[in-house]
Amino acid sequence: MDAILLQILNGLDKGSAYALIALGLTLIFGTLGVVNFAHGALFMIGAFCAVTVQRIFSISFETIDENQTDFLGNALVVKTPYVEAWFGAEMGGAIIDWAVPLAILFAIPIMVFVGYAMERGLIKHFYKRPHADQILVTFGLAIVLQEVIKYFYGANPIQTPAPEALSGIVNVGAIIGMDIVYPVWRIVYFFFSLMVIGGIFSFLQFTTFGMVVRAGMADRETVGLLGINIDKRFTVMFGIAAAVAGLAGVMYTPINSPNYHMGMDFLVLSFVVVVVGGMGSLPGAVLAGFLLGILESFASMNEIKSIIPGIDQIIIYVVAIIILLTRPRGLMGRKGVMED
Amino acid sequence: MLGMNKNDTRMLLLVAALTMLAPFILNPFPTDSGLAQFNAGYPDLMQRFVIFGIFAIGFNILFGLTGYLSFGHAAFLGVGSYSAVWMFKLLAMNVIPAIILSVAMAGIFALLIGYVSLRRSGIYFSILTLAFAQMSFNLAYSVLTPITNGETGLQLNLDDPRVLGVSQTADGSIPVTNLFGLEMRSTFEMAVGPWAFQFNAGYYLCALIMIAVFYLSIRIFRSPFGLMLKAVKSNQQRMNYTGLNTRPYTLAAFVISGMYAGLAGGLLASMDPLAGAERMQWTASGEVVLMTILGGAGTLIGPVLGAGFIKYFENIFSKINESVLHSWFSVLPDGLEDLLVTLVYPFVGKGWHMTLGILFVLVVVFLPGGLVEGGQRIANWRRNKKAGDNKPTGNTEPAE
Repeated sequence: MDAILLQILNGLDKGSAYALIALGLTLIFGTLGVVNFAHGALFMIGAFCAVTVQRIFSISFETIDENQTDFLGNALVVKTPYVEAWFGAEMGGAIIDWAVPLAILFAIPIMVFVGYAMERGLIKHFYKRPHADQILVTFGLAIVLQEVIKYFYGANPIQTPAPEALSGIVNVGAIIGMDIVYPVWRIVYFFFSLMVIGGIFSFLQFTTFGMVVRAGMADRETVGLLGINIDKRFTVMFGIAAAVAGLAGVMYTPINSPNYHMGMDFLVLSFVVVVVGGMGSLPGAVLAGFLLGILESFASMNEIKSIIPGIDQIIIYVVAIIILLTRPRGLMGRKGVMED
Repeated sequence: MLGMNKNDTRMLLLVAALTMLAPFILNPFPTDSGLAQFNAGYPDLMQRFVIFGIFAIGFNILFGLTGYLSFGHAAFLGVGSYSAVWMFKLLAMNVIPAIILSVAMAGIFALLIGYVSLRRSGIYFSILTLAFAQMSFNLAYSVLTPITNGETGLQLNLDDPRVLGVSQTADGSIPVTNLFGLEMRSTFEMAVGPWAFQFNAGYYLCALIMIAVFYLSIRIFRSPFGLMLKAVKSNQQRMNYTGLNTRPYTLAAFVISGMYAGLAGGLLASMDPLAGAERMQWTASGEVVLMTILGGAGTLIGPVLGAGFIKYFENIFSKINESVLHSWFSVLPDGLEDLLVTLVYPFVGKGWHMTLGILFVLVVVFLPGGLVEGGQRIANWRRNKKAGDNKPTGNTEPAE
């Protein structure tokens, strides 16, 4: 029982990342009809926003402390981060410690801008072209973004720790009288992703802007004929989708040290998630994300691996192949959308 | 000639001449001159040119003719490499059985994967092939380790059986791959003045095979079968409405292109007998897509050009480092030199992938027909200029 619950937890935090990326992909596909192979790169840029924020916070100036000496007998050079000097040692230290969550505030405008620029600068020219061309151009763009990051940050993974208060482990089973020890940050990640997903859905459901976007997703032409500039709103949605991927990346950094190809690693899986959920279906993407995450973590249990060796490596693909062949519109896809 | 029209014959002869004379053409700079690093006439790189040319020609039969964009073709290349190395381990070091087995194995794999994947078209097809390729990659890395040797990659050993050959040579080393005794690595060097031209047995084997498969692809393009595939590309629905089942045709194209990939894999292993799982990764599949698009999808010569172009830049561009740049710009004043080096450096050396990505985006946006279309546009423009009439040509020739 413990083991099963643990696997579900494991699946939930992996599934959160899948769900967030797949949600962004589906938003883009549902609104603009573009297959975005550069979405993994957006996830990666988000992660590097966190790295950048942490580095900016840690910029220090050096002072020479005459009272202390280092082991050579010279006066000790003390490095003080600027934030500590400005806000006092305690507050400054806390800011550095909480760099990753704070990076969210920086990441949102940056990602929206990146998404906006991508759509206006490149992808807008590809609406009328076949899907294959869209795949190709976004694939090329992903390579470029990846290489830019590699140029500035190097090829090695960069450690980006979570705040100390959230980096320990906690016994989540205690509430129900069981013994399940789990890292705090992963639980935070799960709830964070739920919040983002909830935010996106309520934005689409309860605001006028969201209503127009939904109407545009259902019938773009009619909305356009009603005198609404739907293209502009879709561009904003592209920015929001980019921000969702970016936020997923920011919060993922303590779980996995970011490197320049992390986006590519996630991209393939997220595509599979989108397809399983149903092209253009937002709830489908979220559901499939969590479902496949949990499935994957169950498949990596030793008991199951001993029955079918290697199943943990391929389970997601096997599910995707079965779904595509039996129900091509995916779990929750609308009838007739991309069903050829 | 050989059932081809005049244009195709000329193109085949051109390709044949280029590949046969490659050791000269790719070695234009004297060995000790400053530009010698732009020489690509060494065996290892020339082999890669033609092998990836074969890979891209095969990919083009699927993508260029039917429009089905496969993102999993590297899996067949990997299968080919593994089968060839196993042949070297178990049977003999002769490359012929190895290549035959790798083509056959890749064909079987392509038949299985194609049978399932071709039930869907468009983006679903791309994702299905991607899923299959990632599956094979993951399996090769993990459970199939007894067959693939996992992360280390499959290599030859001194205690391999090699039923028809010897486990080890007289001096106790691993025997080398050969073609009935002609060692693949044997290279004849010819020094002409300051130039040193290298003629490698393995390269010429690959080149001959490439000319043969290039001829085959010309015949496929011009055959009724090729015409059927083009019809599938332009309007599959209409084909279905006429009561024709297109799937056998697309499946045949898929298997043929998979066999081309297997052949390329087998040749890679024949030149250098080791095989690793990273050859199957989806970025490797992306590479062949890049080659085909860059050269010109749907054209005969495009994929070959694209493969050569990318492999050249991969090997030559990536060797340019900071000190080389400094030596180039050393005539300029110091400040300007440093500025130029800083500006250029991100795009060469380790950053050549960035150049490739930018180039690729530009090609997809502005030149969907690839380098071939670019060449045709220049040719058209010059012809119009020469003819001196201002009348716009209206429609350009289809990229064929």
